Amino acid sequence: MAYSEKLIDHYENPRNVGSMDKNETFVGTGLVGAPACGDVMKLQIKVTPEGIIEDAKFKTFGCGSAIASSSLITEWVKGKSLDEAGSIKNSQIAAELALPPVKIHCSILAEDAIKAAISDYKTKNGQGEVEAAE
Amino acid sequence: MNELKAKPIYLDYQATTPTDPRVVDAMLPYFTEKFGNPHSRNHSFGWEAEDAVEVARGQVAKVIGASAKEVIFTSGATESNNLALKGVMKFYGKKKPHLITVVTEHKCVLDSARHLEQEGYKVTYLGVKDNGLIDLEELKAAITDETALVSVMGVNNEIGVIQPLKEIGAICRERKVFFHTDCAQAVGKIDLDVEDMNIDLMSISAHKLYGPKGVGALFVRRRPRVRVIAQITGGGQERGMRSGTLPTPLLVGFGKACDILSNEMAEENARITELRDYTLKKFRDRLADIYLNGDEEARVSGNLNVSFAYVEGESLQMDIKNIAVSSGSACTSASLEPSYVLRALGVDEELAHTSLRIGIGRYTTKEELDEAIESISVAVERLRDMSPLWEMAQEGIDIKSIEWAEH
Repeated sequence: MAYSEKLIDHYENPRNVGSMDKNETFVGTGLVGAPACGDVMKLQIKVTPEGIIEDAKFKTFGCGSAIASSSLITEWVKGKSLDEAGSIKNSQIAAELALPPVKIHCSILAEDAIKAAISDYKTKNGQGEVEAAE
Repeated sequence: MNELKAKPIYLDYQATTPTDPRVVDAMLPYFTEKFGNPHSRNHSFGWEAEDAVEVARGQVAKVIGASAKEVIFTSGATESNNLALKGVMKFYGKKKPHLITVVTEHKCVLDSARHLEQEGYKVTYLGVKDNGLIDLEELKAAITDETALVSVMGVNNEIGVIQPLKEIGAICRERKVFFHTDCAQAVGKIDLDVEDMNIDLMSISAHKLYGPKGVGALFVRRRPRVRVIAQITGGGQERGMRSGTLPTPLLVGFGKACDILSNEMAEENARITELRDYTLKKFRDRLADIYLNGDEEARVSGNLNVSFAYVEGESLQMDIKNIAVSSGSACTSASLEPSYVLRALGVDEELAHTSLRIGIGRYTTKEELDEAIESISVAVERLRDMSPLWEMAQEGIDIKSIEWAEH
């Protein structure tokens, strides 16, 4: 399978690998996927009082496309508001990385992960749920 | 590729082997000056080719302890397995419509069995123990008066475990059931003797034993005689069991490759076993949480199937571009299922996603293995640093205690 240069770059030089303290109120954590399926993504965001994502970190167990998708989305959400970050679509990730059809689920997982992280942050801060990814 | 890169290290000898240069040398004259059709009876071109084919038949027979007349040439082990299963069941199936095989067999055996099932034959699929071996008591219990054939592979292609062929042969002979074994991965790796092991049919592939691709054989016992219905009909070659002009150059190569094995196999396997044990020890010394899949003792010399927990197999492969290995992980194929062989062993699905098959063979050197061990270890460490599962494991969280949303 031939992967795009962008995908390989994100796989070989992943951005924003790491963890934040999930107990902090200004941190939202999304953990999606399942080990049995071969993909687990943990995505964390650090949110300012104004509701802007100032930092994002990820850790991913999965194929190269899953790692690249998570790396890319951490870059994209930084500096965005929660609503802007929550409206990122998997199709945008798939297009940016030129994911082959069998890897589309990796981009869906990344979308799920950011939505889960936002939802976790909002729940912690009493702002209710966001809609789940399709 | 837009740039020249060093050739990767080949550690995938279960997928295929390079043709031994001695084999290629033996084959070459049969493409050009000795090109006759071995079935031509009227001139010396045909006789010359026929002689070469019969020498090859003897060389193949010798390595499995058979007589030359019992070797039927085919296009490879897939065809041999099809002929063995469909050929035997269709001949004997009216009275004995029952076939027994194993869940970890190669796809071509399982798929032949599925086709037979669709045609109304009965098939029992034996499970395996967590070391990959069948339970002989379970086999005994599965044989009925309606059983015509038991098909159990000699050596598994993914995990390299060696089934107890002699014991299975004894059970089948006692119960008067034919015993077929797919030995594509076994010939040249373990000692085989169709008499001693009471094997009635055996599938062999040339390209797994440093011979050319596109040729193989089915051993079909003459005493007591085993009958098969031909799956390819025509001119009635190969005693009517497999029509088609024999590919003389391929057969000469196949024969030569078997001849080399007869002379060098013991020494070669001792060397490869040493390399394999060395590699496994190095991995175990360096990395925590690695698991060998399949029995450690009843295992061929060249196979290491290892799960590197918390690291997904395909991402690991992407990281070790200088090494050609195979992954038991799902994501290399279009299907997202992990290896059915590892799952049959009861390997946890998450571990099945983390496995690599490292195949060591005739041309593997210690220096290559050192380089491979280093690259794989560095990649595993890098990917574990990136793995949320590894992080949880270090924090003492049991990943089985989490309710995962399966997707």
